Amino acid sequence: MSLNSYRTGPDEKGHFGKFGGRYVSETLMPLVHEVEKAYREAMQDPEYLRELDELNRVYIGRPNPLYYAERLTEHLGGAKIYLKREDLNHTGAHKINHAIGQVLLAKRMGKTRVIAETGAGQHGVATATVAARFGLECTVFMGAVDIERQKPNVFRMKLLGAEVKPVTSGSATLKDAMNDALRDWVTNVHDTFYIIGTVAGPHPYPMLVRDFQSIIGRETREQIMDIEGRLPDSLVACVGGGSNAMGLFHPFLDEADVAMYAVEASGHGLNTDKHAASIAGGKPGVLHGNRTYLLQNEDGQITEAHSISAGLDYPGIGPEHVWLHEAGRVNYVSATDDEALEAFQLLCRCEGIIPALESSHALAQVMRMAPSLPKDHIIVMNLSGRGDKDIFTVADALGAEI
Amino acid sequence: MMSRLSACFERMAAEKRAAFVTFVTAGDPTHEASMEIVRGLPGAGADIIELGMPFTDPSADGPAIDKAAQRAIAGGANMQRTLEIVRAFRADNNETPMVLMGYFNPIYAYGIDLFCADAAEAGVDGLIIVDLPPEEDEELRLPANAAGIDVIRLATPTSDDKRLPTILDGASGFVYYVAVAGVTGGKSATADDIDMAVKRIKSHTDLPVAVGFGIRSPEQAEAMARVADGAVVGSAIVSMIAGGLDEKAQPKPHMVKDVLDFTAKLADGVRAGTKG
Repeated sequence: MSLNSYRTGPDEKGHFGKFGGRYVSETLMPLVHEVEKAYREAMQDPEYLRELDELNRVYIGRPNPLYYAERLTEHLGGAKIYLKREDLNHTGAHKINHAIGQVLLAKRMGKTRVIAETGAGQHGVATATVAARFGLECTVFMGAVDIERQKPNVFRMKLLGAEVKPVTSGSATLKDAMNDALRDWVTNVHDTFYIIGTVAGPHPYPMLVRDFQSIIGRETREQIMDIEGRLPDSLVACVGGGSNAMGLFHPFLDEADVAMYAVEASGHGLNTDKHAASIAGGKPGVLHGNRTYLLQNEDGQITEAHSISAGLDYPGIGPEHVWLHEAGRVNYVSATDDEALEAFQLLCRCEGIIPALESSHALAQVMRMAPSLPKDHIIVMNLSGRGDKDIFTVADALGAEI
Repeated sequence: MMSRLSACFERMAAEKRAAFVTFVTAGDPTHEASMEIVRGLPGAGADIIELGMPFTDPSADGPAIDKAAQRAIAGGANMQRTLEIVRAFRADNNETPMVLMGYFNPIYAYGIDLFCADAAEAGVDGLIIVDLPPEEDEELRLPANAAGIDVIRLATPTSDDKRLPTILDGASGFVYYVAVAGVTGGKSATADDIDMAVKRIKSHTDLPVAVGFGIRSPEQAEAMARVADGAVVGSAIVSMIAGGLDEKAQPKPHMVKDVLDFTAKLADGVRAGTKG
């Protein structure tokens, strides 16, 4: 990769420095190569790009607003805070951005069935949605624990015609859902496209999911220039696998004056064994097709992640994030369950917006940094999803009855 | 000195039969019972032993081998104890090749160079790492080969003539043909399909070709043995172990004997499949 840009990765083998790569079984290798070829061709095909652009506008509802959070800004008393409203997308989160791109690719490759893994259910809903839109068969793998805490999304997926397969192996959460999705893919390699839900997995997925999500950062750039006439000073986003953060950050990576904060979920705290912060508490390893930082024990066994937010409850992170962390370009910080809950409630009351628990982690970082920053410091926070799906979890955590 | 794997396949060729390759997971269901099973496998007719290195997230395996790995980990299995099993086995068997099979992360966490040294010292002959395709295996393959350990490559139904040269470049020991697209313990392929696939692979290499995935009866083992240089049985044996456990996942008194008796029947199947 070129030394004067942070935006040229991955290399031709899918590596971001020593991270990334293609660590999948041999049965999948020809397909993984095929996906890459199809993706590269699609990105050169004006018809594909036109269709993607049109669906982004008329189906997802893009561009979504960059919203000045006036009362939140006043409340925190420092930096000027903007929210990128990915929560206003069709299906209520940023996941639809890469689901649309991938389903068009699946169609282009002649696949008749799509599969996905999901944690919070947002990626599963997005995949079920695009599968319905294009008439493809859809199976979503979801941990049994997550099915319990995200019932509304489970029913949504079923309404959309998807089969939701409960995963009971391991910790019955997102990582186990990904194992079962890989097992399904290797078994149905001829007719099935795996719509991966984050910037992880074997190359080319971290690259293509990032590219489809980069629309967040490109729009943000244009919008902030229109509103403020200059680039923001800080970008803030939550990271589990890291798709919404990568989407916001990537178009700004070479802007030296734009600081970036990616917020991991530290659950009950980094000093406990109940967190999901792979960068703060993990070490390099190989899982689910890529080399990245993983929560693991000294024997290389993957340990269970914990976060109040199902979408961040994953023991790994996208390889490009690890590379950006080691390069020192992005600051990786964390927020606990309690901090996220506090942020969740603040945005509800201050702005009339119910944020996803995932996005609430980003807001916790904004709450931490904004008060001590000058009033002309511009923060853009990615409000990656809406929180309607989380009201049961939040009610439970607050001891309220619904 | 000829490797144990080469010597084994030469002996098979002389006897005009296929090698019977058995898979069990190290430490399943307990370290002691696992050791007893492994020690008993050659007597039950195993020509090559594949020993699974347990991993929490075996995404290329079906439920039988997944559960075996979880049982082993719950019972305290780790890489040191896996190598202990090999070392103890080698103390009174210097002939039967021992191949470690599993996923890359436990090796990576152990330290690649240290692992290769310790595995060679313990008496490991080969490695099959299912999530390490040729594109990524150099960092393990080169030090492993330097330590005298073969890195066995996998060919699959998706390995077309364009892909096979990539797979075979750097392959040693034997080629493991994964007979069906899927996970372990799933569907079975027909003997005709496998015959064709094995012939195609052999047109690209002189290495022996062993076939695995979907072989669970003596009859199937016999059919595979007629068309390949080796027949691998894993999930079926591992399921016998699972069937011999009490509610607390501890082995019932006759578990090891039942597993070895079943293995012997499979071995009879392989030996019945003598070639030409």
